[in-house]
Amino acid sequence: MKRISISPPVAALLLAVILFVLSGLLPNGFGSDLGIARAQALNILRLSAFLGVIAAGQTLVIISGYEGIDLSSGAVVTLTAILTYVVVSGANEKVIPALLLSLVVGALIGFFNGAGISYLKISPFVMTLSMAGVVTGAIIVLNHGNVSGKVAPIMTRLIARPISPGIPIPTVLVIWLLFGILMWVLLERTVYGKNLFAIGVNRVTAKLSGVNVTGMVLATYALAGALAGFGGFLVVGNTGVVMIQLGQPFLFPSIAAVAVGGTLLSGGKGSYWGTMAGAIVLTLLTSLLTTMQMPDSVRRMVLGATLLVLISIYGRQRALRQ
Amino acid sequence: MMRFPALFAWILLAVALFVNFLLQPNLFASDTLNSNMRVFLPLILLTAGEAVVILAGGIDISVGAIVSIVNAILATRVGLSGSPEAMWQYVIVALLVGVLAGAFNGFFVAYLRLQPIITTYATSFLYAGLALFILPNPGGGIPSPIAELYRSTMPLKLPLAFFIIAILLGVWAYIRSTRYGNYLYAVGGKPQAAYETAVPVTLVQFSTYVISGLMAAFAGIAITMLSGSGNAEIGAAMTLTSITAVVIGGTALSGGVGGVAGPVVGAITLGFIQNIISFARIDTWWETLVKALIIVAALATPGIINLFRRRE
Repeated sequence: MKRISISPPVAALLLAVILFVLSGLLPNGFGSDLGIARAQALNILRLSAFLGVIAAGQTLVIISGYEGIDLSSGAVVTLTAILTYVVVSGANEKVIPALLLSLVVGALIGFFNGAGISYLKISPFVMTLSMAGVVTGAIIVLNHGNVSGKVAPIMTRLIARPISPGIPIPTVLVIWLLFGILMWVLLERTVYGKNLFAIGVNRVTAKLSGVNVTGMVLATYALAGALAGFGGFLVVGNTGVVMIQLGQPFLFPSIAAVAVGGTLLSGGKGSYWGTMAGAIVLTLLTSLLTTMQMPDSVRRMVLGATLLVLISIYGRQRALRQ
Repeated sequence: MMRFPALFAWILLAVALFVNFLLQPNLFASDTLNSNMRVFLPLILLTAGEAVVILAGGIDISVGAIVSIVNAILATRVGLSGSPEAMWQYVIVALLVGVLAGAFNGFFVAYLRLQPIITTYATSFLYAGLALFILPNPGGGIPSPIAELYRSTMPLKLPLAFFIIAILLGVWAYIRSTRYGNYLYAVGGKPQAAYETAVPVTLVQFSTYVISGLMAAFAGIAITMLSGSGNAEIGAAMTLTSITAVVIGGTALSGGVGGVAGPVVGAITLGFIQNIISFARIDTWWETLVKALIIVAALATPGIINLFRRRE
């Protein structure tokens, strides 16, 4: 008997299409109007870009294995969004410095995560969760109730608007696609990528084959932090306003997106293409729940159940008797 | 350190008590002691359950959400003007819910062999959503005479919490002396070796999640009686604090080392540290940051000590 097998990224894309068609059948869905359907699809893809970028760092730390995860990314997104907002203050020429600042601050927080995990042997989950608390605390101190700032026109132009009135494709989609290619190069065509998969499979053998495991862990968490910082920069460009809970709603979906894309939560195997497909599925799912006017409680339950089903499919570990 | 894994917790407790005593000279008066201990008790109960799971090599991220479910059930079903009978009925229901939630976690982790962290993280969302579904907005509560029962019962002029902690440690001492107690250490230390020596590894793992679910339900009942009111987010912050208490208490996150007594001391210590923070009159804006930094410092200290031990 031949088993039909489709790779997880393809399965995720199929799931996205099914979910999208289903959302059209809702009473307040797009129905048979193809124009609205296309606009809605483009909007979903646009929103997926933000989750996709935030989930990129998550993909790296999860591939690095040994229960690798980054729970501080939501707080980092909020922090860098606020920093961007304040630094830019509506001036186009301040956009690049703000972007660099976001990347550096994110990388620094990620570096601390990596240091706690590799030197102090704190488990990634606990380390990054407590780091999320520290960053949230820092946000409250910095924020002091309210901040004043403004997004620059060029950010809105590049992040929140289509390429041109004639071409309705959102610019941020192009940015995301280029970003995806860079992630593919990083994972598949560089020494870093090779070593990342190696430490995800087995750190002892990786070390014996000459991989600097500690350096890799530090670099991976720092990179994940920087990518979350980039996510914060993009998110504020889209929303145009900041609030203290801006990044938190991205955290759980970012982990689920990685899982949907077929990246093993135990590490050593995965791809960013999968995560991109996963980000689309998760964005569709959340927008579907919003369209159905589900309360926050139901949304949380659905997200939790989704992840539970996913890890039941992909995440089973070896039995002791094997 | 290795022979006395809880030593760090005791030293920290002594320091915290001393600083607290300087800020609050009547700390050891029985009323003050009671008003402190009744606040600490929910975390102590939660930590004891978390310690058992961690000891057996797992981790339970959903305990805080179970606390929230129990609080939401009691606050909506009993109500501020409810009868004592209704309260005790729903206390039983709450305990069953805790056991059920724990069994659900245990089924996925032990029988389907999923990673504990990510599984219980997923169920924590499920449970937190459920709590919010039962009680969408803070409100409701339990009758104040029943809350008062928890707040001001002082047998022999000692805080009620002392007796509950004594029972808790007594039960743990008994469990540790049984075959099941040995199994916990075996499964947490070397599951493969435990399996090969006929330890029912899967069943033991499953049971630890049921225990932590049950303890989370007890913690939920305690915190509801303490506050007297309902809030579906009440347990959210307790998970990380309980894990921190376990780590301070010398029970390693890798499993197989430590016990329950150390983590209980760790939980009491964290309680006194919270007290110090509120007495130090820190600017409200800074409170979250200071608390988070203390958690990080507490989590980092055992690692820093180990770092120096390896250098020697």
